[in-house]
This record gives sequence, structure tokens and C-alpha cells, in this order.
Amino acid sequence: MALLEVEDLKVHFHTRHGVVKAVDGVSFSLNQGDVLGIVGESGSGKSVACLSLLGLVPSPPARVAGRALLNGQDLLGLDGDRLRQIRGRKISVIFQEPMTSLNPYLKIGAQLMEVLTTHERIPAADARSRSEAMLGRVGIPDPGIRMDQYPHQFSGGMRQRVMIAMALLAKPDVLVADEPTTALDVTIQAQILELIRDLQRELGMAVILISHAMGVVAEMSAQILVMYAGRIVERGAPADLFRKPLHPYTRALMDSMPAPTDGGSAAERQGCRERPVAGRRKRLAAIPGTPPDPANLPAGCPFAPRCPYVLDICRKTDPEERPAPENSGRTFRCHVDI
Amino acid sequence: MIERGESLWMDARRRLFQNRAAVFGLAVVCVLVALAIFTPYLAPYDYDRQDLALGAAAPSAAHPFGTDSLGRDLLTRMLYGSRISLLVGFLATLVSMGIGVTYGAVSGYLGGRTDGILMRTVDILYALPFIFFVIILMVYFGRSLVNLFIALGCIQWLTMARIVRGQVISLKQKEFVEAAVAMGVSTPSIVFRHLVPNVLGPIIVYATLTVPTVMLEEAFISFLGLGVQPPMSSWGLLMSDGVKHLELEPWLILFPGFFLSLTLFSLNFLGDGLRDALDPRYRSD
Amino acid sequence: MLKFVLKRLIGAIPVLWIIATLTFFMIRLAPGGPFDQDKNLPPDIMKNIEAKYHLDEPLPQQYTRYMKSLLRLDLGPSFKYANRTVNDIIAAAFPVSAELALWALMFALLVGVGAGTVASLHPGTWKDHSAMGLAMAGVCTPNFVLGPVLVLVFSLWLGWLPVAGWYGAADRILPAITLGAIYAAYVARLTRGGMLEILRQDFIRTARAKGLPESQVIIRHAFRGGLLPTVTFLGPAIAGIVTGSLVVELIFDIPGLGRFFVQSALNRDYTMVMGTALFYAVLIIFMNILVDIAYACLDPRVRYD
Repeated sequence: MALLEVEDLKVHFHTRHGVVKAVDGVSFSLNQGDVLGIVGESGSGKSVACLSLLGLVPSPPARVAGRALLNGQDLLGLDGDRLRQIRGRKISVIFQEPMTSLNPYLKIGAQLMEVLTTHERIPAADARSRSEAMLGRVGIPDPGIRMDQYPHQFSGGMRQRVMIAMALLAKPDVLVADEPTTALDVTIQAQILELIRDLQRELGMAVILISHAMGVVAEMSAQILVMYAGRIVERGAPADLFRKPLHPYTRALMDSMPAPTDGGSAAERQGCRERPVAGRRKRLAAIPGTPPDPANLPAGCPFAPRCPYVLDICRKTDPEERPAPENSGRTFRCHVDI
Repeated sequence: MIERGESLWMDARRRLFQNRAAVFGLAVVCVLVALAIFTPYLAPYDYDRQDLALGAAAPSAAHPFGTDSLGRDLLTRMLYGSRISLLVGFLATLVSMGIGVTYGAVSGYLGGRTDGILMRTVDILYALPFIFFVIILMVYFGRSLVNLFIALGCIQWLTMARIVRGQVISLKQKEFVEAAVAMGVSTPSIVFRHLVPNVLGPIIVYATLTVPTVMLEEAFISFLGLGVQPPMSSWGLLMSDGVKHLELEPWLILFPGFFLSLTLFSLNFLGDGLRDALDPRYRSD
Repeated sequence: MLKFVLKRLIGAIPVLWIIATLTFFMIRLAPGGPFDQDKNLPPDIMKNIEAKYHLDEPLPQQYTRYMKSLLRLDLGPSFKYANRTVNDIIAAAFPVSAELALWALMFALLVGVGAGTVASLHPGTWKDHSAMGLAMAGVCTPNFVLGPVLVLVFSLWLGWLPVAGWYGAADRILPAITLGAIYAAYVARLTRGGMLEILRQDFIRTARAKGLPESQVIIRHAFRGGLLPTVTFLGPAIAGIVTGSLVVELIFDIPGLGRFFVQSALNRDYTMVMGTALFYAVLIIFMNILVDIAYACLDPRVRYD
């Protein structure tokens, strides 16, 4: 049985301007120790999908529907208190903005220790020594001194390391890394990704890695979900995706990357160091048009207005998800065979 | 330049009239000012006419707000009181504007050490309980109306000085000031003819918010018996009279209290509305 | 930290000196002598009195004498209350005022922070609107309007609470509410604003993602930053509560320092007026220093220099 099984997840925001379908029927599963990548432009619903599992999307205005089974237990049906016990202990999150994601008014040590004191009810001294050890493990020198400092005394990369330490303290089963490197310098990005990968292997946890940059995700993930306008438009292993993207949007994402890779993992790792930033800059120019207004999706396929392969049927009927002809396990959601 | 200025003010007026609370405030203030101005024609009695035989009477047709223990008509006294309260409010605000604008503009324009010393002084003065100062002035120089509004004006200029200083500092880098300097315009002329007119928006906003503060302080001082003296009347004085007869003649406190609160309410709404209209940066939400 | 406190204390010295000097000259240069109103005093008795209060010495000598006595924290004799020094009167009356101020401040903080927090947690709902509507009304209702109305309703009409006096616990309720209400209103508005600002910060989401209970998220993570505007306001609030106590003590007939001050002002008891004002000024300056220290403790990014 999968560790996390998400079925037909829907997150709809009911606003004055209509219903915004931020996430509309997303299903995926995650096995123990797996790394799942989710790629898509900002606003494609990738973050909302993951945060809604943990009740971190303010509701109301959001309405969350579907099922999300963690070890067979439906997260979406849990009351606030039970869900709280999942957060930080079973499923942890690292956010995009290390500069603002730590509380500027509290010492780093206090922010780390409260994870343990909340979830494990252990003495403060134990919480402190474990927090200190974890700070050292994520590569922060002098963890004993750093524990008593405030976030403004840390650099961006160091803060992201603190965030990682905080997320991993309670040894979660699943780590959601929501654009963990986007706000960082290019050199630091590679270090942080490497750290996440090392810790993932060491602790054997599952990771959901969310990014708008195909390169970042491709390097680490066993499976990639490509999201567009709140739904999954293609899923498959990175090597397959790179060899032959089946959805025009995936292809556009690939084309917008600086140097196309042929799927070799060493080459990917090399490429990844430059790609995130460069890819982000060029991608917007490479895919014509802008993401659709989520409150006002076009009839038919939401990608149709920007799609170079568009057919008449695309503007009328929304394509169903279908398996790829040649490869079991791959699916895509397009009328056209490109 | 003139065109831009006009559209700026028109834009502000449009925004002000879209704000229902501010329009309500403006309407109440206009009515009050009109009542105060035309009091001699509107008041049903003389403000010091006593009717000792009647004494304190509850509201009736002849005396809609009732009478006090000396048989004086409360409505009349409130109308005359509103003249004093509004007069003190506006005059003291003018005094405070004069001091605050001059101080702030000079401090901001001269900059450097002078600015440092002047603003440090303001910081120190901020920490002091100024109403005590007003009380002391009233004790020493007598409880007259003129002394009252000068004293109140003298203590309300601090925030105005800070606001004007900040605006002047940001303005003095602008080209039109440098041009004036290059043409040899004198410093006082630059400050008062070029800089101050350009900070009129914030000055108006803050002056509007100063009026209720000053009115409140006048009422406070008069309530203590240190301000306006009988037989003249002000709302604060009427309140202090009303407190003494709270049990048997509650109308003596309810009417002045209600109208004082209503006035403060309206002036604050109007001030907030003006702030939002004239300076969108200060928007509270 | 110690340096910061010392610096603030040293900075207060020139201010105190200026206030004290002004105080002295205002007492001495008052139009007419302090005993002018006690008419028909024989000249030799007048002379005796002047000698007793050292009013016959040259001004510089009087000034040094006054300053020296201030250094000994001696505010001199009262001109009107025979045989009582200003110190005696302050010592007797201030504890009453301080207690009243404390209750008022507690009321303002409890109600203000509570209402502001509730409003910020449910922005745009009826809870928010009613709390903020009440706060607006509170801001515009002066204590000398609120006090009498409260007495009218709760004492005279309902008979629940005493009209005036300062004996039992029930006597504390209405004065404290009257004095604290306007500050409760300000605190509520400031708290709501500060909390709304903080609650949309990323680190609040982080705290929730850690699985902290909502109460912890608010108390540990949001209050620290969300209450900073409120803490800044404490300085003016304390000054305002001290000022307001003049009126509230009058309305409720409370034997505090405020009532003595007003009485002295009406009686032209110069030493008493100036001594009390000086005392209040010192009190408020030190309260402001305390507030600054509290602020520095709450926000680690404030540097102590």
C-alpha cells in the first residue's frame, strides 16, 4: 500500500468573482522513500494541492474535497486537533522564503525545540540536544551558539538549512519541499538540494518536491507530475519525460530550459546547477501567453489558447487523462499525439 | 503645474465623497458650525437668563433639553457653549498649526545639527504630560478664554512639526527647490512660499484631527473648573455642572455628553476620511 | 542592555533639570505672592511667613536652595495645607492614584488586547465589526462623559455599584473602567492592526505547519510582533491615564493625587502645583524609559545603541 494516496483532490475558492478552481481533481500516490516532483508555473495549484492536505490553506474561503490517505487515514476528514498532530510529525513542510519563514522575534533554538516539545512531550534538555544535533547535521557550524541567535543573524542559505532541520526534527514520513531553492543564490541552491537528497536517503522518508523549474525536479525525483491550471497534465519518470514529452505544455517547459538534456543522470546533476535560475528567466518568454484566469477557465482544454498544436476539439472538450501508448505508468491529458 | 494641482484636489474630493463615514462627519460638522454661527438668532433664551422659580426642570416643550438648577435653558446654554467649544477648537488648532508648521519646516529645511537639536527637543516634549502645563498656565495667567486657546495651541504642535519636517525633507531635494536656491531666493521665502504650500495636504489632514483633540482638552480643563468660567458656558463646563446633579437631573449630563461625543466622532471620521482622500499612502486598511 | 538603560537614564537628567528650573521660576515669578489672598495679615506676620519659606532671600540663593532640596527629593512645604509638605501629600495620595491607574491599565490591556485579537482572527466578520465599532465609540467618548453615564446606569438606575468613594473592591470597578475605556479602545485598534499584519506573515504559516496548537501559534508566535504597536502606545497611554485620573478622581470622589492637584490649582497653592507636576513629569519620563526597555526586549532587531 502507498504511504500517501491522494484521490480526486479539489480545492475551490469561493470568491465574489466566482469559483476559483485552484486544484481540480488531482490524484497521485507516494511510496515510502520515494521522491515525487511536481512542476508547473506559479498559480498552477501545485503548492495549494500539497498545503491543502495539511489544512494550511485558509478555509473558508477554500473548500477542499477528495481523499488523501496517509497510511490509510484520510487527512481531509480529520478534525483540527488530529490534523495538527500530523503536521510537523508525519508530514513536514519547507517553504520557499527562508527570509520570512522563521519568526524574527524568537531564537532559532526555541523555534526548533518547540517541534519536539509539541509532538513528543520530552524534557527541554533532550529537545535542546536533539535540535542542536540536527542543526549540526544540516551543516550549520557551531550549532550550540547558533541555537541562541535570532533569524536576522543568519544568511538566506543558513536559514533554509534551519528550516530543513526544523522540518526533519520529528522524523516525518513525508517532507513537502515547496520551492525550497527558488529564493536562494545559484551556488546555494545546489547545496540545499544536495542536503535534501542526502537526508532523504539517510532517513528513508518520502519527499514531494515542488518547483517551477523542470531541472530542479528532474534531478531528484523518481516520478514527475506536470501541473497546469489545477490539474495534472502529464506524469512519468524524468528520463521518459525528457526523452519524449507527451503533453505540449511539458514540451514547452522542456524547450524553455537552456540546454536540453538527454536524460543522463550525471548530466542532469551538472545541468541542474545553472538551470533553475536561467530556466526561470527564459521560460516565461518561451511559452506564449499567460496562465488562464483560474476563476474563468476556457471551455475545453485550459492550455488550448497557448498551445501550438491546438485542434478544434481542444476548444470544446476537456481531454481525459489517458495512459501513454508505449509506456505503462505514464499518463497524459491531451487530445493530440505530438 | 496648476492643472496637476487641480486634478489632485478634485481626485481627493471624489474620494472623500465616496467615504460614507466622512460625509456623515462633514455633514454633522457643517450643521454644528451653522448652529454656532447663528446661535444669537436661534437660541430661545438668553444664555444667562435665570428662572430661579422654575429651577431645574426636566425637558419640556418650553425647554426641550430642560433647565439647570438656576432655571437656565440647557438648549440655549449648549448652543452658546458650542460657540466657545468650536471657537477654542479652531483657534487653538490655528495656533498649533502656526507653531508646528514653522518649526517643522525650518527644522526640515535647515537640516544638520539644527534639525537634530530641534527634533530632540520635540522628542523630549513628547514625553511630558502637557495638560499639566495648560493647567499651570491657567493658574498663573488667569482663567481667560484667550489664555486657554493659546495654552492649548502651544501644546498641540509637536506632531504637526514632525509631519511637516518629514515632508519638507523629502521635498527639498526636488528640482523646483534647487531652482529657487539657484535663483537666489531667500531661505524664509523658499520655506514658506515654495515648500509649505506643497505640504498643504498633510497639514490639512492633521489640523482636522487636531480640532477634536483640542476640543476634548478644552472640555477637560473646563470640566475641572480651570477653563471657561460661568456665566459663560462651554460643553465641558456644562458637563461639570451636570455631574453635580447627576442623580436628580440626569439630562444635564446626557445632552452635553451626547453632543460632545457626536462632535468628536464626526471630526474624527472626517479627519480619517480626509487622510485617506488626500494621502492614499496612509490608508488604514 | 545595561548600557542602553544607563544611557536612557543619563539622557533624562538634563530634561529633569530643565523642568525643575522652570518649576522654580514659575513658583517665584508668579504674579502676586502666594499669600496675597490671605488678606489683612499684619506686616510682621507676613515677614515671618516669608522668612519661614525663605521668600526674603535673593533669587539665586533661593534657586540653589530649591535645587538642593530637590536633590534630596524634597519638594518643599505646601503653601496652603499648613504644616504639610508636598512630599507628605504625595506620599499619602499617590498610592491611591497608582492603584487606580494600575486597575485602569489592566482593564485597558485585557479588554483591548482581547478584543483586538479576536477581531484580527476573524477580520470582516460581525465579531470584528462590533469590536471595532465599540472601539471607535470608545475613542470618541471622553472619560468625563463615560464616567457620569456609567454612574447613572450602574449605580443610580440599576443600583449594582457604589456611586463614589474608595473603600471596597466594588468602588474600584467604575473608576477603573471610566479611566481605562478610551485606552482599551486605542489598544484594541492597535492590536488588531498589529496582529493582522503579523498573521499574514510567512512565519505564522511555518508555525502552523509545525503542528503547533492554534493557541501557541497566537501566543508564542503572533503576539511577540503583533503587540509591538501596543507596547509603543503604552508610554502615551500611561501619561494619558495619569492625566485622566484628575477627572476620574473628581467624579468618583477618590482621595488620590489628581484631586489634590486640581484643588491646589484652584487654590493657587504654587508649591503644591509645581511639586506635583514635577513629580508627574518624572514619573512619566521613567515610565517611558521602562516602555522603551520592554520594546527592546521584545524585538531582538532593536540595537541597544
